[in-house]
Amino acid sequence: MLESKVGVLFIAGIGFFGLAFLSNALVPALMYRDLPEQTVEQLLRNNGNLRFQFEDLARRFPDSFTAAYGHPPEGAAEREKWLDTWSQHALQLGHDVYVGEACWHCHSQFVRPVSNEDRRFGPVSKTEEYQNVLQRPVLFGTRRVGPDLSREGGRRSNDWHAVHFFKPTILSIGSPMPEYPWLFNGAADKPNAKGLALITYVQWLGSWLESYPYYEDYQPSPIHGLAEKGKDQK
Amino acid sequence: MEKELPRHADLVDERLVYWHFMAALIFMGASMLGGLLMALQLLRLNPFSGIELLSPGRWRMIHTNAIAYGFIANAFLGGLQWIVPRLTLHKVYNPKIPGLNIGLSWAIFWAWQLVVTATAVGLLLGQAQAVEWGETPIWIDPVAQLGLLLVAINYIPPIAKVEGPLYVSLWYFLAAFVWTFLTYAMGNFMPQYFVTGTAAGAVGGLFIHDLVGLFVTPLGWGLMYYFVPILLKKPIWSHGLSLVGFWGLAFFYPLQGIHHFLYTPIPMFLQYGAVISTIALELVVASVIFNFHATLRGSTGALTTNLPIRWFYSGMFYYFLTCLQCAFQVTLTFQQLIHFSDWVVGHAHMVMFGVFIMWQLGMMTYLIPRLLKTPWYSQRLLEWHYWLSFVGIGLMSFDLIILGIFQGLSWSSLLPWEHSLDLSIPFWAVRTVAGLLMIAGYLVFVVNVVQTYLTSRPAPQKAAVATA
Ligand code: HEC
Repeated sequence: MLESKVGVLFIAGIGFFGLAFLSNALVPALMYRDLPEQTVEQLLRNNGNLRFQFEDLARRFPDSFTAAYGHPPEGAAEREKWLDTWSQHALQLGHDVYVGEACWHCHSQFVRPVSNEDRRFGPVSKTEEYQNVLQRPVLFGTRRVGPDLSREGGRRSNDWHAVHFFKPTILSIGSPMPEYPWLFNGAADKPNAKGLALITYVQWLGSWLESYPYYEDYQPSPIHGLAEKGKDQK
Repeated sequence: MEKELPRHADLVDERLVYWHFMAALIFMGASMLGGLLMALQLLRLNPFSGIELLSPGRWRMIHTNAIAYGFIANAFLGGLQWIVPRLTLHKVYNPKIPGLNIGLSWAIFWAWQLVVTATAVGLLLGQAQAVEWGETPIWIDPVAQLGLLLVAINYIPPIAKVEGPLYVSLWYFLAAFVWTFLTYAMGNFMPQYFVTGTAAGAVGGLFIHDLVGLFVTPLGWGLMYYFVPILLKKPIWSHGLSLVGFWGLAFFYPLQGIHHFLYTPIPMFLQYGAVISTIALELVVASVIFNFHATLRGSTGALTTNLPIRWFYSGMFYYFLTCLQCAFQVTLTFQQLIHFSDWVVGHAHMVMFGVFIMWQLGMMTYLIPRLLKTPWYSQRLLEWHYWLSFVGIGLMSFDLIILGIFQGLSWSSLLPWEHSLDLSIPFWAVRTVAGLLMIAGYLVFVVNVVQTYLTSRPAPQKAAVATA
C-alpha cells in the first residue's frame, strides 16, 4: 500500500491534499459564507471620507481631474451620480495599479494584535474589513519594507501622496520606495488618471473606520498649554 | 528474465534534457537581474529609477516567477526526462501532437517557455495577479494549468507501467504531478473567482506553502533519492526511513498553509493547527536528513572529490538549517518579532536557492557533460561556481535573518519607521554583495557550459558514455 501506485496517487496525492484543503481552505470559507462580499459600489455608498478625498482631488488638481474624468454635469443629482461613478472607477483602477506595481510586496494591509501594532497603525484588522471585491485576492501582504497601509487613508493629504508617488525622496529623505513618474504628466502636481486613481485607493484604505484618520499614538505637544488649546478648537 | 533491457538511447531524449537546462539557465539570468534591481533600489542606487518598464516592483515579481517557473520547473522537467524513463525502463508517453511535427514532450517544452515568457511580459506591463508566487496574469493561468496537466499525462504512464512496488523517487514524482496540478488550480483560481478576504488569505497561504512543499520539495527529494545512491554506488541507508519521510511529508506538509498568515483575522484555532503540524514536520525532515547522512557514512571523501555530491549534500545542509529555523519561526512567539521582516526573505532564499537550486545545479553539473558527451571545459570554473554560490547564499541568508530580528525590534519598540530603514542599509549592502557573488557564480557556470558546448560541436559523437 505504502509503496504502491494506488497508495501514492490516491491516499497521498489526492487524499491528503483534500484533507488539508478541507481544513485549511474550506473551513474558513464556510465560516465566513454569511458575510456578504461587498461590491465597489456598496463600499463607497455613504463613505463620506472617500467622497471628501475625491472632491479634494478635483479641487487640488483641477486640470488633471478634468483630463481624466471630463466636466461634471449640471444639476446636483446628476453631479452626485457622476461623482459616484468616477470615484468607484478610480478606486478599482487604483487597486489595479497597486497590484500591478507590486506595492503589496513592500506594504502589508493588516494590523496584528501584537508587537504594538495597534499603537503604531490603528485598530487591529477584522475579517469584515476584507469581505469585498478589492480583497479578491486578498492583499494581506507578507513583507513590510514600508509601513502597513490598511489605515493610511486620511493620514496624509492628497498633495503629499502626489509628491510622494512622484519622487518619495522629496518628502522622505533616503526613502527606498521607488518613484512612479509614469503616474504623472511630467510633474508632481499633474497626476494622470492612474495617479489620481492610486491616490484615491490609498485614501480609501481605512476610510470605513470610525477612528479615521488614525496612526501612530497621539502625543500631546510638549509645549505647555498647546495641547489644551488644540482640544478647545475641536 | 529473457527480455533485454531497453537501451538508454532509446529511452531518453537527451536533447530535450539539455534544452530544458538551457532554458532554465536563461530564466535564472532574468531572475537574478530582477533581484539585483530590487537590491539596488533598497540601497537607493537604482540606476534606472523612474523608467516604467524597469519598475523594481514589477521586476521583483519577475525575480520570483522566473526562478520558480522558469528555472526550477525547467530544471525539473529536464531531470524527469532523464530519470523517469531510466528508472521505469519505459519511455515517457510522448504521443505525436496532431498537426504539429513534434511529440508531447517537446510541445510541453515550448508551451512552458511560452507560459514563463508571457508571464514576464504580463508582469512588465503591470498585469500581475495579487497572489504571491502566482502573479502570473490571470489570462495565462489556464494555459499554465493545461501545461501541468500535460506534464502529468506525459510522465504518469511510464510510472503506471511499473509492476510491483515503486522506488522512492517515483513515489515523490507521482504524488508531485497530482499535487502540483491541484495546488496551481487552487491558488490561482480560488482566491480570484470563488472566495474573498480572509478565506482567500487562507487559500493564498496554502498556495505559497504547497508550491514549495508539494511541487518543489517532492520533485527535489525524488532527484536526491535517484542521484545520491547512483553517485555513491550504494543504496539508501534505510528504506523504512524513506517511507517515514515520504508519508510524513505527504500528511503534514499540506496542513500548514495558514502559518504564513499568523495573527491575521483567520480563526485562531486554524492557526494553531498549522503551527503544530509544522513542528511535527520538522521531525520527519530530521529523519530524511539522517537517512541521507547515514548513507554518506563511509563515503565522506566523495564530498571533496565528487562535485555533484557536494552540491547535493550542501543543499541538504541548508535544508536542515531552514527546517530547523522553520520550527522556531513558526511559533507565535517568534512571529510577533520576525513576521513582515527580512528574516522571512532570508528564509525563502535559503530554501529556494540554498536547497533546491543547489540540488538542480548539482544535477546539471553531473548531467551536462553526459548530455554533450564532452567533459567539462574547466573543473576549476566548476569549483568557482560551487563556492561562489555556496558562500553567496549562506551570507545572504544569515545577513537577512539577523536583519529581520533588528527590524522586528525596531518596529515593535515604536521607533519612527525611518529607524528600521536606516539600520537595514548596511545589511542590505551585504546582501547585495552576496547576491553579486551568486551572480558571478552563475556567469562562471554559463561560460563553462558554453565552452563545453563549443568543444562538443566539431568532434563527431562518441559512443554513449552515460549508460552507467
Ligand atoms: C521597495 C519597497 C516599496 C515599494 C515597492 C513601495 N513602497 Fe511605499 N513605502 C516604502 C517605504 C520604505 C516607505 C517609508 C518611507 C517613505 O515614506 O517613503 C513607504 C511609504 C509609503 C507611504 C507613506 C506611508 C506613510 O503614511 O508614512 C505610502 C502611502 C506608500 N508607501 C504607498 C505605496 C504605493 C501605493 C506603492 C505602489 C505604487 C508603494 N508604496 C510601493 C517602500 C515601498
